[in-house]
Order: sequence, then structure tokens, then C-alpha cells
Amino acid sequence: MIPSAFAYFAPTSVAEAISLLEQYGDEAKILAGGHSLIPAMKLRLAAPSVLIDITKIAELRGVVINGSINIGALTTWHTIEYHDGLKGVCGVLPEAVAQIGDIQVRNRGTLGGALAHADPSADATAVVLALDAQIRTHGPGGERTIAASDFFTDMLSTALEPNELITAVICNKLGAGEGAAYAKFPHPASRYAIVGAAAYVKLSGGKVSACRVAITGAGPVPTRQAETEQALLNSDGSDEAVAKATEESGTTMDVLGDIHASEDYRRAMVKVYTKRALTTALARARG
Amino acid sequence: MTTISVTVNGKQYTRDVEPRMLLVHFLREQLNLTGTHIGCDTSQCGACVVHLNGVSVKSCTTLAVQADGATVTTIEGLANGATLHPLQEGFWEKHGLQCGYCTPGMIMAAADLLKHNPNPSDAEIRHGLEGNLCRCTGYENIVKAVRYAADKMSVTTAD
Ligand SMILES: Cc1cc2nc3c(=O)[nH]c(=O)nc-3n(C[C@H](O)[C@H](O)[C@H](O)COP(=O)(O)OP(=O)(O)OC[C@H]3O[C@@H](n4cnc5c(N)ncnc54)[C@H](O)[C@@H]3O)c2cc1C
Ligand code: FES
Ligand code: FES
Repeated sequence: MIPSAFAYFAPTSVAEAISLLEQYGDEAKILAGGHSLIPAMKLRLAAPSVLIDITKIAELRGVVINGSINIGALTTWHTIEYHDGLKGVCGVLPEAVAQIGDIQVRNRGTLGGALAHADPSADATAVVLALDAQIRTHGPGGERTIAASDFFTDMLSTALEPNELITAVICNKLGAGEGAAYAKFPHPASRYAIVGAAAYVKLSGGKVSACRVAITGAGPVPTRQAETEQALLNSDGSDEAVAKATEESGTTMDVLGDIHASEDYRRAMVKVYTKRALTTALARARG
Repeated sequence: MTTISVTVNGKQYTRDVEPRMLLVHFLREQLNLTGTHIGCDTSQCGACVVHLNGVSVKSCTTLAVQADGATVTTIEGLANGATLHPLQEGFWEKHGLQCGYCTPGMIMAAADLLKHNPNPSDAEIRHGLEGNLCRCTGYENIVKAVRYAADKMSVTTAD
């Protein structure tokens, strides 16, 4: 299938991309890795009349690790998967990303594209929520930083303004006593998450002093699991504590059923994968 | 129309294309390189895999304009003259195909896999070819074909 016709622009700076967005407004779409947008255009589910290809904007590409971790919006899954520095300071990112789609999807797909698209079954959405990452954006009015927890507003919808670009994702390095993990039940054909759970924990003096859990795949929006987080907080992080906290997972979020998995099955899997992610995160936090 | 210039299998081509033209249609219809196949409408089958600047991509999910200035290798460009690439030889020797529809994409994807992991386990081969669907073989002989190529290529590099 062939996309409907469009005018094509390939700006080389963020400023140029934003002025094109301002000029063409609703008719325009940003093209990054193209692995959500081009399939949608081929099926004519999307038919922008202007395409702004941002892949020539070099400043949006790459990983910088100093006090924190800064990942450019155009950084591909492949780069994150094989990045030497990331493994040591935020291993959950390459771990999750290596489970996305297939090699060819990972060669093209980008972190910024996945967050902007906010597919309900995407993997990275849950990971940025669990890491409490900040999403840096740039629009006509300048730069903004949006907390991941404020970013995903509805199915395929985000806090991004129409004329804004995601430029980077910023998160903290994980240190001693901290651990994070991603556990996923993939759809056997597409590899998208039927259920994915991302967990982060911090241990201080043998007690869980911080905990974040996020679920993707199960419902319309990637969702933090406040009840599970609260239940685990200040506990000793034992298997019993995890089992108890896991019982709360998914109980207050919207969960959808489809031909691949019913609502009940997904709810059950949310608990199973929450437990796996938390158990691994805790083991990593213990070192 | 946009003018693009692409080096495909070592030869440079300059053509006018519509921005919406997919790379796979450019290769098949403008350059008559029909070894690259189209097996789906949903970017899931991998029949269309080629190398763009040395990296495997689905040419059905890449615009031809995005290949402007780039180097593309298709299945037609993989052999060294009359000498088959070890992967082509492996698919021949191990009966890694039946109808052959998936084979070009399978081989181009496997070539990228072996670049990052020259000595993959059978499980790693299966995982690495996750984006390539085959309706005929049941994958057994595809895994053997890739194993054959990996072994042959490691002998060649050791020499
Ligand atoms: C066969 C297949 C399997 C897949 N499996 C998985 C999987 O298992 N898990 C998973 O998480 N994903 C999966 N994906 C999706 C893939 O990871 C996409 O690449 C990703 O979701 C979107 O990133 P992209 O760079 O390709 O974005 P594009 O497709 O280029 O863009 C997506 C949307 O985001 C907008 N956009 C892109 N970049 C920006 C930016 N910087 N600022 C503002 N807006 C922007 C675009 O306008 C568009 O609306 C799969 C895709 C395919 C084709
Ligand atoms: S034709 Fe099926 S993935 Fe490209
Ligand atoms: S050999 Fe027929 S599809 Fe693979």
C-alpha cells in the first residue's frame, strides 16, 4: 500500500523544524524513525499533507552521560541497546529496548518517536514512567520540561503541543541501593507488549525507601501503580512484601480486552509481570 | 517530484521520485531490482529487508527520499561476482527455503545479525530473525543455513 501524497521537508535544525510546524499546522506531521507513522500512512490511517523529516537534525541524536543521562529524541533503539555506558548506569533501558519488535524495527525506531506516539502497547513509555524521567520539548515559545508522569494523557495522546518537538529524555543514573527492571509478555507476532511492567526500587537501611511501578500494554494509557508503590514502601522488600504489593497492581487502572487477550487475562498478567519486574529490581538493588 | 541519488549495489542512480514512494518500490519498479520482495502491508514480514548504509531496514517502511545520498545493498548485490555469499550458500546447502519468497529478506536480515553476533546460538538466530516470517519452512532449515554461514565465515576470518 502506498501513502497518500505529501510535501516533504528535511530540516537540519530544531528551529527550522519548529517554523515548518508553525507554517503548516495541523496538516504537518513529524517523521522520525517512521516505524509507527509510515505503517499508519500506508494503511491511510494517517494522511498528512506535509511531512517534516527530522532525521537530519544531528543535535537530536545520541546519549550523553554526565551527572544525569540525556538521550536525544532521535536516538534509535539500536543505539540504546548497544550503548556501553548505559548498561552500567541504567541497565533497564537497554534491557527493555532489546525486547522491542525486531532488529529492523530497532535499527530505525526512536525513543522520541515512541513517546510522542504513545502507543498503548509501547515498551519505553512504562520505562520512562518507572525511571521518573523528564521529557524535554521545544516549541515556538522555547523549551519545556515535562515529567513523564504528566506526559501520557490518554490513548495515543500526550501533553505535547501541536507545534512542539520532543528533543530529549533525561533520567537519573542508578546508584548503589537502586535497581530497575522491565518484564514483558510480548505479542508473538508483533512483539508489542500484551502486558509490560517496569519497576524501580531504592533500598535504604534494608527498607524500600522509593518505589515506582508502571504498566503498559494492558490499558489505553501507560499507568503508574500508586497502590502497589505505597504497599511496598517502607517494607523490607521480601518476597512476601512483593507478593502483597503485587495484589494491588492494575486494580484501579482501565484495562482493555481484545482478540489477543481478554480483560480478565490481562488483569491477571499485570500482577504476574509486576511481580517479576519488582523481584528483579529488588535483586539488582541488593547488588 | 524530488531528485534523489542513491548508490545501489555499487552503482549510482539518480532519479526523480515522489516523496511518498517507498524505498521498496523505488528498488523494484524504478531500478528493476525485484529480488527485494513485499510480503505484507503492516511492516511485519521482513520480505523487504535491505541494507541502508550497512544497516538492515525494512524497505517498505523507509521512504525513497530518505535514501538520498545513501548506499543500499539488496540481495542482488550480496554475492561476490559468481561466488555466492556464505549465507546464500548456506540457504542452498541446508534447504533454507521452499517457495523462496521470504529468502531475500531472511538473508539480508541474517547478514546484519551475523555482523553483531558472528557466532550466534540457535536461539539467538531465531531471536535475531524475529522480524522475518516464513510460511513454508518451519524455520528449522533457516536456522541451519545461518549456522552454516556463521561457521563458514568464522573459518574465513580465522585464515
Ligand atoms: C513490526 C513492528 C513491531 C514493533 N514492535 C514494537 C514493540 O515491541 N514495542 C514497542 O515499543 N514498539 C514497537 N514498534 C514501534 C516502534 O518502536 C516505533 O519505531 C516507535 O513506536 C515510534 O518511533 P519512530 O521513531 O519510528 O516514530 P515515527 O513513526 O517517525 O513517529 C511516530 C509519531 O511520533 C511523532 N514524532 C516522532 N518523533 C517526534 C519528536 N521528536 N517530537 C514530536 N513528535 C514526534 C510523529 O509525528 C508520529 O506522530 C514496532 C513497530 C513495528 C513496525
Ligand atoms: S513487506 Fe512486510 S515488512 Fe516490508
Ligand atoms: S520459503 Fe516460502 S515463505 Fe519462506
